[in-house]
Amino acid sequence: MTVALIDYGSGNLRSAAKAVERVMGALGRPDHVTVTADPDAVAKADRVILPGVGAFGDCRAGIAALNGMAEAIEDAIIARGQPFLGICVGMQLMATVGREFGDHDGFGWLPGEVRALTPRDQSLKIPHMGWNTLSVGDHDHPVLAGLTDGHHAYFVHSYHFLPEDPAHLLAVTDYGGPVTAAVGRDNLVGTQFHPEKSQAVGLKLIENFLNWKP
Amino acid sequence: MLKARVIPCLDVNEGRVVKGVNFVDLVDAGDPVEQARVYDAAGADELCFLDITASHENRDTIFDVVARTAEQCFMPLTVGGGVRTVEDIRKLLLAGADKVSINTAAVHNPDFVREASEKFGAQCIVVAVDAKRVDAQTGEPSPDGGRFEIFTHGGRKPTGIECISWAEKMADFGAGEILLTSMDRDGTKNGFDLPLTRAVADAVPIPVIASGGVGNLDHLVDGITQGHASAVLAASIFHFGTYSIQEAKAHMLAHGAPVRMDDEIKGPSR
Repeated sequence: MTVALIDYGSGNLRSAAKAVERVMGALGRPDHVTVTADPDAVAKADRVILPGVGAFGDCRAGIAALNGMAEAIEDAIIARGQPFLGICVGMQLMATVGREFGDHDGFGWLPGEVRALTPRDQSLKIPHMGWNTLSVGDHDHPVLAGLTDGHHAYFVHSYHFLPEDPAHLLAVTDYGGPVTAAVGRDNLVGTQFHPEKSQAVGLKLIENFLNWKP
Repeated sequence: MLKARVIPCLDVNEGRVVKGVNFVDLVDAGDPVEQARVYDAAGADELCFLDITASHENRDTIFDVVARTAEQCFMPLTVGGGVRTVEDIRKLLLAGADKVSINTAAVHNPDFVREASEKFGAQCIVVAVDAKRVDAQTGEPSPDGGRFEIFTHGGRKPTGIECISWAEKMADFGAGEILLTSMDRDGTKNGFDLPLTRAVADAVPIPVIASGGVGNLDHLVDGITQGHASAVLAASIFHFGTYSIQEAKAHMLAHGAPVRMDDEIKGPSR
């Protein structure tokens, strides 16, 4: 099995790749993770991970700058149904539109928009940064298996994804009101938090993703 | 709810830990990566490396340290010390750092913070603010002074810049976080400068990490509850084994500063 971690010049890919490698090693599987900017590698991959830090529009432009990459991703995960994990802005890009520094089209895999966090308590700091508790409710999504209400994950963001269909909302956290923590449908899943920075909780989620057969 | 963060900080000189506790199971107590692993396992919320390497030739040692740490520690890692150019930041992030801390370079050229934030995102730009009390009339350093001023070179060099407005400016320029160190308290073990911490934390819309002066566990609590900081950074109380991360967190939790305790997770990856 090959996991393609898409490199489009956004952020710290090494830790994401190392976290996946760690889990693969622990699972004793001969899989490997490829950090790649090559659409052909994505087209051949069995699983796709899209990380992302920074602004929504910059990330979208970063992917667009790789000739054929957006098409390769869509072919792999929409046409062929390979499992997909979006992390942070990589998750937000699943939306129809992002409203950070103007409106930018997302991939539109999950209807909804990415909007600024507006905590009710004005004294709460933005970005929402640090360890916050997850509420997974009664979802039994395989990628969230073993994660329960009260488990902590590491967040750092100022915007979040509001899916139109409540069924696409898999987990929330609270920061002066509900904040989207995980979304998904079918073979697509995304986390606002950073599993690669969330110690045991994050490694468990990565393990679930690698074992996922949607 | 969002938890207060406990951040141990390691001073690293030419790839070696300057002060570090000799935990019993460490093969090499001077190896920052081994220390990082201990803190990771102990439930530290983040880790900070301060690179104090003076000689230019040996500055690349930090990249190897960061890369080896990133292979083993799955928590946020901030690296500071000598970050002066966009290229410095890019190399640290590529090696595996999640955030970089900019100090003197921000004072010399505030636009560097803006440039860095636009290029890499505010989430990875920490601005380190070293503040010292000065007499409001004379401007001379005074531990009882009512005015806070920015100092560089380990607190020796005054800049004349007022601290609160400086922190606000750095937030405005795109810093994602402020690492605030009281140079009056640093190394004293007398606790954070709480009025300073609170003044900055209440003034800026971004998180503030309190630093400088931690000598006991009540100080950590005070930094959060009275200083209004989002995170507390400490070095010596952890390195010398005075307190463990778990002791610190249990104490904070019991005294009104909510922190993340261990999450029970089962799986082959642990």
